[in-house]
Amino acid sequence: MTWFLVRRVGQSVAVIIGVMILTFILVHLEPGSTAKAVLGLKATPARIALFNDTYGLNRPLPVQFWLYCDHVLHGNFGISYVAGQPVSTLIAQRLPRDAVLLGISTLLALIIGIPMGVYQAMHHGTVRDDIVAGTWFTLYSAPDFMEALLLIAVFSVHFHLLQPNFPGGISSVGGLFTDPNALILPVVVLAINSVAGFSQYMRSSAIEELAQDYIRTARAKGLAERLILTRHLLRNALLPIITILGLSLPDIVAGAVIAEAIFNFPGMGLLFWQSALAHDFPVMLGATLIIGVATVAGNLAADIAYGVLDPRIRHAV
Amino acid sequence: MQSDGAAVAGPLGIAPEGGEVTSRTDGKNLFWDDVRHSKRAVGGFAVVLLLVLFCFVGPLIYRANTIAVNLNNANLPPGSGHPLGTDEYGIDILGRLMVGGQSSLELGFAVAIASTVIGALYGAISGMLGGVADAFLMRIVDTLLAVPTFILLIIVSSMFVLSLTTIILLLTLLSWPYVCRLVRAQVLSLRTREFVQASTAMGSTRMRILFRHMVPNTFNIFIVTATFAVADSIYALSALSFLGLGPPPPFADWGTMLTDGVNDLFDGYPWEVYPALIVLVITVLAFRQIGDALNDIASARSTR
Repeated sequence: MTWFLVRRVGQSVAVIIGVMILTFILVHLEPGSTAKAVLGLKATPARIALFNDTYGLNRPLPVQFWLYCDHVLHGNFGISYVAGQPVSTLIAQRLPRDAVLLGISTLLALIIGIPMGVYQAMHHGTVRDDIVAGTWFTLYSAPDFMEALLLIAVFSVHFHLLQPNFPGGISSVGGLFTDPNALILPVVVLAINSVAGFSQYMRSSAIEELAQDYIRTARAKGLAERLILTRHLLRNALLPIITILGLSLPDIVAGAVIAEAIFNFPGMGLLFWQSALAHDFPVMLGATLIIGVATVAGNLAADIAYGVLDPRIRHAV
Repeated sequence: MQSDGAAVAGPLGIAPEGGEVTSRTDGKNLFWDDVRHSKRAVGGFAVVLLLVLFCFVGPLIYRANTIAVNLNNANLPPGSGHPLGTDEYGIDILGRLMVGGQSSLELGFAVAIASTVIGALYGAISGMLGGVADAFLMRIVDTLLAVPTFILLIIVSSMFVLSLTTIILLLTLLSWPYVCRLVRAQVLSLRTREFVQASTAMGSTRMRILFRHMVPNTFNIFIVTATFAVADSIYALSALSFLGLGPPPPFADWGTMLTDGVNDLFDGYPWEVYPALIVLVITVLAFRQIGDALNDIASARSTR
């Protein structure tokens, strides 16, 4: 286990360095010079030279990469071209809001998805299973913005029940709840996209566990079906879901960009989208780095949690 | 069709063990035989065929203005002359649906083929090399997988003015790691199998083992990922266009038609939203359905 941990952490560090190299390459892919982008197209050569000198842009690329790593490790992601604020400030403001939005929607998805998967497994191979599976397959395959547009059409345009736009001017995490009505649609749209994955993994995991001998034993000794489900089946069948949680982070992030753009939710996704429209590269690359590190950490945490929770897993090799 | 039924079980009347391919023709027959009997796969293929006809043959039959702005005809509801109505520029929606579909389908097929070829070769080579080279090559793949494809796509699309070709290149560049991981895992397990070791013992070169044994035996895997890649890249393009970051006009695709979707719904022009939404969902669903069916067949064959 220790050797596995060391190996796995080593791999993760390598990948994070890889992500830094990737964002560094992207910084330099940007057409035109950074100096012109910041100072404007009419900047004098002298000012450009001074700018390049100040920010080390005229040094050799390996040195620049070293400086870039040094800045990033000190929490300095550069200054937003548009907002004029440090990227780290902009991201730090929004991350907690995303934690709230993605946390609630993922929790909702788990609460719906897990019982749904178990239900399908219990009725495996029947019409009921097919209907539920078909529904989720459709919702999962459909583009994220389809659910958003349809929900807006029904609940906002037709019934005037929910508002499709998050109120502006929110400055704190608590401010998200001033109008809980506005939170419903973004949360539901994000949850729908995750439920499909969770319930289908839960289904196949539960089908596999239901065929095990210990379930037959539990039934043979006359245990109530409810207890078999909660005490025996669920504990074992839940394990793969932990891995899926860690691995589904990239999908959740991509979904968040679209949902936040549609519903005007003031999180990282909206920031990222607006930066893309405004060509605000420091913000985009800072956010990318954070997302990359979060994904790597999520995968690592999933791997470790799996090993810790399931003593049967022996991480050989 | 039925004549090759006898060949299915192989020359000795025994199905190959563990999904292993004994010879090229034999293996494909087995696989495609299962595919022909899968209602989901056949249904999916039928829908894809209809979509291809709709997008590529449709415009030859149904001629409509899909480019010129004509504000006199703007926002017309479905009716005579315009079966599905017109959008805010007076462009016929049915016609635009066909033309927009062309770019989506071309993109889907191109990205699927290119990323499968690159990913399968990279994964097979990495798996065959093993050791330090494999570890290094896989960290590159891990890096590309660590950042969500959609995020990278947005960044690059805001740096350059995109065209269909550049989007195809970009999506290929971002999609191959998924194929690569699966193919490599399969190659790692194939490497220790007797028929590969026998081939090595007989003096086969690495190239021969790669193309004669590894690639054909991972066919089941990459045909599945290729189908999913079609769906995923069509979806990625539409999401990008939906967010207003796709190629600039006159480029048309289903996502661009939905960019103003929320406003259209509120302004009372639902016909400008639903057609594109429905075709998009049908397309993505059809390819996913095929992929899912092929996946079931492939995994059933390997555990048989």
